Amino acid sequence: MPKRLASSLSDEVLEHVFSFIQSEKDRNVVSAVCKSWYEIERWCRRKIFVGNCYAVSPEMVIRRFPQVRSIELKGKPHFADFNLVPDGWGGYVLPWITEMAGAYPWLDEIRLKRMVVTDESLELIAKSFKDFKVLVLASCEGFSTDGLAAIAASCKNLRELDLRESEVDDSSVHWLSHFPETYTSMVSLNISCLGSGEVSFSALERLVSRCPNLRSLKLNRAVPLDKTANILRLAPQLVEFSACTYSAELRSDVFSNLAGAFSNCKELRSLSGFWDVVPDYLPAIYSVCSRLTSLNLSYATILSPDLIKLVSHCPSLQRLLVLDYIEDSGLEALASNCKDLQELRVFPSDPFDAEPNASLTEQGLVAVSLGCPKLQSVLYFCRRMSNAALVTIAQNRPNLNRFRLCIIEPNTADYLTGEPFDVGFGAIVEHCKDLIRLSLSGLLTDCVFEYIGKYAKKLEMLSVAFAGDSDLGLHHVLSGCESLRKLEIRDCPFGDKALLTNAAKLETMQSLWMSSCSVSFEACKLLSQKMPRLNVEVIDERGPPDSRPENCTVDKLYIYRSVAGPRFDMPPFVWTKDEDLALRLSP
Amino acid sequence: MSEASSYLAETELELGLGLSIGGPTGKINKASGRILTAKDFPVPRRASMNGGTPPSVTVSGTKRAADQSVPHDGGSPTATSQVVGWPPIRSYRMNSLVNNNQAKAPRAEEEHKGINEEEEEEEEDKAIKDGSKQKKPNENLGHIGFIKVNMDGIRIGRKVDLNAHSSYHSLASALENMFLRSAGAEKQQLTMPSKLLDGSSEFVLTYEDKEGDWMLVGDVPWMMFLTSVRRLRIMKTSELRDSTKGTELKEVN
Repeated sequence: MPKRLASSLSDEVLEHVFSFIQSEKDRNVVSAVCKSWYEIERWCRRKIFVGNCYAVSPEMVIRRFPQVRSIELKGKPHFADFNLVPDGWGGYVLPWITEMAGAYPWLDEIRLKRMVVTDESLELIAKSFKDFKVLVLASCEGFSTDGLAAIAASCKNLRELDLRESEVDDSSVHWLSHFPETYTSMVSLNISCLGSGEVSFSALERLVSRCPNLRSLKLNRAVPLDKTANILRLAPQLVEFSACTYSAELRSDVFSNLAGAFSNCKELRSLSGFWDVVPDYLPAIYSVCSRLTSLNLSYATILSPDLIKLVSHCPSLQRLLVLDYIEDSGLEALASNCKDLQELRVFPSDPFDAEPNASLTEQGLVAVSLGCPKLQSVLYFCRRMSNAALVTIAQNRPNLNRFRLCIIEPNTADYLTGEPFDVGFGAIVEHCKDLIRLSLSGLLTDCVFEYIGKYAKKLEMLSVAFAGDSDLGLHHVLSGCESLRKLEIRDCPFGDKALLTNAAKLETMQSLWMSSCSVSFEACKLLSQKMPRLNVEVIDERGPPDSRPENCTVDKLYIYRSVAGPRFDMPPFVWTKDEDLALRLSP
Repeated sequence: MSEASSYLAETELELGLGLSIGGPTGKINKASGRILTAKDFPVPRRASMNGGTPPSVTVSGTKRAADQSVPHDGGSPTATSQVVGWPPIRSYRMNSLVNNNQAKAPRAEEEHKGINEEEEEEEEDKAIKDGSKQKKPNENLGHIGFIKVNMDGIRIGRKVDLNAHSSYHSLASALENMFLRSAGAEKQQLTMPSKLLDGSSEFVLTYEDKEGDWMLVGDVPWMMFLTSVRRLRIMKTSELRDSTKGTELKEVN
């Protein structure tokens, strides 16, 4: 940039302009324009997102961005959700909190995903950040209700406490009662993951009744129906609500109380929970259905006829999560009723049974792809599929941006032709030009990867299992997918060659996970030597990979780029090229 | 106890890993040798067709099959076991699905004064009636999924999926692999009698039951153990002897 242009705008003006630039990507671009913009931008950056907590150190973040107010961190790799990452692997948040406690006294938002959070970390948060507002712990673990009590007691301006899908130990502390009577600022509370012993109803009711700004409330499973109705009556302004609807049999007094409570909630747009729901109670929510945009019935064991009745009351639905009990007939009803549908997730009710227990096939998905013009995001578990259906879906819905298909049985072929699904997924990547996330399943050869490498230019995340024939498959993906950030692979015959040939590519990506593939420890060491800015971690609980015969392949491999160098909190079952035992300090 | 007896009803497990379903293609399973077959386990796995959860193997550090397993051509079911982490369903959701029935029991103790035993039984009857046409979704056998395991002297606890095991032997083997990694071949460990159970090792396996008491693993029938275990602890035998817990720890048979 010519000097005169840069100096014609004062720092204050630039900073003011930058304050309108919220997206991280844009901010990164702005900071790369010139040195002075870099300087100005780094002082006024308020929000940080770190997709891999080991890619950078807290000290480095603090050094570059001294005045951060909001941070989001992610820890374990995605496959940790499916128990592929052994406990103790890492992802500890305490070092971050410790550093930030000193450097960011005005930090008010912490969002964590797949991290190990201890009570000590929570207590430190409660103590260190005076104006703390938002705490989101998604799929985290390592803390108990003691830690929650510390947060409740100290964070006077807390607006959001969201524990979605975390594992919380019950320390028998009535943590909810630790919110002082003067506390009134709750806007969003998600405690759906807590067990029955961890929430006191009376404390909950008192909390809800004194928080007039409460917009989102997600209760845990153990709240009975009459309590649910009471709480709803205390918070008719809710926009999002999640509750259990357990009951034994239909009781008209309970029903009318519940129906009345729901009818008061004119702002309600999103409903979830529904564990143990008895279909007879569903009509109690009909009064809000026409306004609902999001419905999560994926824990509800309701069968197709009742599901059809329900969705026919919800013409504004944009997001539906449901079990395969909905069946093809239910999805056809969805396709004709819900023209605004953008996201559909269908989960298996009985994933381990070889026989389907609900009549859900590829037809349901085809129907939705045809009937719902705004459909963008799909997660679909089923037991059979055909290339013809996939091609139809691709042609119907070129606007898909997330497509995750899980044909439950590995290596299942096209049920009509016996062919692999290369052509079907090929059609998906060819037609859906904005596809950013794709998960493959079923019988697949190297061909599908050739299509992916050729067409999926915007793809950022790819999940592969039980697919491919040779290294060529992996090579196609690594050499072709320009926007690839995350690649996770399991049980595929991909090995050293593809990895080493595409070593440089790995530095352009956030991470690569490979488990039960054909990569040798030698290749890992070589890669690690060649690429100093990659952390190459072998996860193997059978013992030192060095002690195995030469041709033995590693169990699991996690490669990620990092400017922080190797980490110091590796457990004994994580192996790197460094023999240095000093790297194995306890976390 | 009706749950326990339904466990005993054995039916074929029809899941055939590596079978080409509905296809004449006869394509060999190309996956690497990570898929476990019946050869890896001394006891063939069976599961109830009525939604009982066939085990998903979670021995961390998946074991190789001794050879690339040759798939059978379609048809006859073989007792094969699941693969770790497949299908890709979050453990949170998995535990939720299997806890559908189980959640009803502990809630009785809570502020749930309105629900009495009679109502619970009625619900079950209704469930059975409704389920006649289609498999009843709630007819789950109450597996509790993943439970914590701690070992004396090791800071970091682990988790084990009880659904993956059909016997004490298999559970003990898995725990030995997790915590007491030895240099020997993996396959040997599976067939060797477990030291944890026979009292010959310096460690002994105990568990905390529903009532909060610590018991020696192995003295009650496996199914009964599954319904009452809350978490596991691999305790030093010396500590067991000195234990002043006051609970009666029964002898292992």
